[in-house]
Amino acid sequence: MIMSRLARSGRGGIALLVIGLLAALVLPWLIYPPVALDIACWALFAAALDLLLGFTGLLSFGHAAFWGGSAYCTGLIALHGGMPFPVAILGGAAFAALLALPIGFLSVRLTGIYFAMVTLAFAQMIYFVANQWRDVTGGENGLQGIPRELFGLDLYDPFFFYYAGLPFVLAGLLAAWRIVRSPFGRVLVSIRDNPARARALGYPVDRYRLLAFVLSAALSGTAGGVFAIGHGFASLDGLYWTTSGQVVMMVILGGIGTLWGGAIGAGVVVQLQDFLATAGFEGIGIVTGSIFIVIVLLFRRGIWGTARHLARRRGLSPAGGSGGGPAGSPGLARAPASPRPAGGPPGATAGERC
Amino acid sequence: MLQQAFNGLVGGSFYALLALGLAVIFGMLGVVNLAHGAFYMLGAFGAFIALDAFGLNFWVSLALVPLLLGVAGAVLERLFVRRLAPLDPLYNFLFTFGLALILQDLVRREYGVNSQPYPRPRELAGTVDLGLFTYPAYQVFVLAVSAVMCAVVWVVLTRTRVGVIVRAATERPELTRALGIDVGRWVTPVFGFGVALAAFAGVLAAPMRAVNPLMGADLIITVFAVVVIGGLGSVFGSVAAGFAIGLVSALGNLYVPALSQILVFILMAAVLLWRPAGLFGREEAFR
Repeated sequence: MIMSRLARSGRGGIALLVIGLLAALVLPWLIYPPVALDIACWALFAAALDLLLGFTGLLSFGHAAFWGGSAYCTGLIALHGGMPFPVAILGGAAFAALLALPIGFLSVRLTGIYFAMVTLAFAQMIYFVANQWRDVTGGENGLQGIPRELFGLDLYDPFFFYYAGLPFVLAGLLAAWRIVRSPFGRVLVSIRDNPARARALGYPVDRYRLLAFVLSAALSGTAGGVFAIGHGFASLDGLYWTTSGQVVMMVILGGIGTLWGGAIGAGVVVQLQDFLATAGFEGIGIVTGSIFIVIVLLFRRGIWGTARHLARRRGLSPAGGSGGGPAGSPGLARAPASPRPAGGPPGATAGERC
Repeated sequence: MLQQAFNGLVGGSFYALLALGLAVIFGMLGVVNLAHGAFYMLGAFGAFIALDAFGLNFWVSLALVPLLLGVAGAVLERLFVRRLAPLDPLYNFLFTFGLALILQDLVRREYGVNSQPYPRPRELAGTVDLGLFTYPAYQVFVLAVSAVMCAVVWVVLTRTRVGVIVRAATERPELTRALGIDVGRWVTPVFGFGVALAAFAGVLAAPMRAVNPLMGADLIITVFAVVVIGGLGSVFGSVAAGFAIGLVSALGNLYVPALSQILVFILMAAVLLWRPAGLFGREEAFR
C-alpha cells in the first residue's frame, strides 16, 4: 500500500524519503544528541500542526496545550505508574487527543483569526490549570526525574535514547503523511479551499475539522511525550503560548502545507536556539521574533515551499509529493475564513498566498 | 463583598481599555493585534523610564507616553501592517506575535524580569470614603478615568462625523470606499489610537501593578477571551464584557479562589457553546 503510493510520487519522492530517513538516522552523530532529539520531537510537532494549518486551513495557536499536556501526562504515568516509557508516551498522546475533543468541539465553530484566538485562550487556560494544580503538576518546578524505563535497559545516554524515541517520531510522521494522502485528507483540503462547497456536497464540515484537530493533537502529544521522556522533565514552559508560537513559526519557515517542511523548520530553529543559548545570548525572543517577522513579510512560502516552487518552475516533477492542494501550493485558510478583507482591495485576501 | 466587587471593576477597567483598543483596531483593519499586551507593558515602562530618567511625573506620562507610542504604532502600521493587510488576516496576527516577542525580550534584556517600583501620584496617595467602605483614591481614579475614556470613544464613534466614517469603514469597507471616502487615510490613525489606548492602560497600571516585561503577555490572552465573550468586532460588547469579566473574576476569587484565573476561559467556553459570535456580536461577523 505504502509502496504503491510512494511509487506514484515518483523517483524523486523515493530519493527524498531515503535522504530524509538517512538524515534522521545519522543526526545524533552529526550534532549533540539531545539537540538531535529535540529536532526530531519538534519535527513531529510541526508536521502535526501542519496537518491542521496547511491541510485543513485552521491556524491553531494553542497547540502547546497538547504538547505540554501530554508531556505532563506522560511524565505522571512514567513517574507514578512505573510503566515502560512507550506506554507512557502512548498514554500522553491519548490524553492529548482527549483534551482536544472539548477544545476542538468549541473551537471549530469559528474559523480563521477567531479560531486562532480561541485556541490560544484555551491553551492559556490549561497553562493556568497546570500552574495551580501543584499537587499533581509540581507547579513552577514541573515534574522532574521522569524515568526512562524499558525492561531494565539503560537509556539514560541521550545518544541511545534518540534511537529509542525515533520510532515514535517516524511513526507519527508516517501517520500524518497517510492522513494527508487518504480520502479523509482530500476532504480536509477541499474544506480548506472551499468550506461552503464541501458543506453543500454533504460533508459534515465541523466534524471533519474536529477529527483533524483531534488527530493533530494526538500527534502533537506523541511528540510532547517523547520530549518529556527524553529530557526527564515536564515544565510549564511546554504549555506556554510561546511554545504554540514557536511551532507555528517552524511550520511557516519550512513551508505551510508541505508536511516535511516543518522538519526543516524545526531543525533550523532548534539549532539556532541551541547556538544562541550556548553563546550565552539572553533574549532569544528578539531573534526568533525577528525571524518570525521576516518570514511573514518576505518569505511566506517557506524553505520547502520555495524549493518545490522552483522545482516546478524548472519543469521538474513536484518533489516530495506531500499531497497538497491542486495546482497552487496551499496556504493559510482561504478567503471565506476572513470576515473582512479590511484595508486591502476586495477579494485580495485569496490573492497572494504562499 | 462590595469592596471585592469594586476591586473587580477596577481590574475590569484594564480589560475594558485593552479590549476597546483591540476591538477598534480589529474593526477597522481586520487585524488582531497580538502585540497589544506588549504595548501595554511598554506604556507602563514608558511611565517608569519617564520618571526614572527624566523626572517626569505621572500626569505628564499619562499624556505623553500614549502619544509617543500611538505615533510609533502609526509608523508601524504604515511600514508593515499595511503590507500584510491584503493577505489573510492570520499573517498580521503572526507578525504582531513576532513583534510582541521582540519588544518583550528587548525590555527584559534591559531591565530584567524583576518588577520595577513606581510610586502612586502624590495627589492620589490617600483613600476615599465611599460611604460603605473606604477605598484607595488611586483605584477610584483608575475606574473613573477608564469609564470616561470608554464613554468618550463611544460618543466619538456614534455621534461625530469621524465616528460615522470609521464605523462605516469598519462594517463595509468597499461600499464606504465606493461612496468616495478615503478609507485608507483613516486606517493609520485608528491603529495608532488603538495602540495609544493600550499604552494609556499601561501607564495607569504602573502605580498599582508590577511593572515587568511579562505583565502584558498573560493579560492579553485573557483580554482575547474577553473580546470573544463580548462579541468579535463589537466595540460596545468588548467594553461591557471587560467590566463584567473583571467583576465576575473578582467575585469568583472570593468564593472559588482555585478557579479565579480560569473562570474567564470557562465563561468563554460557555459563550462559544451558546452564542459562537459572542454576546454582542452579530452572526455574520464570523465564518
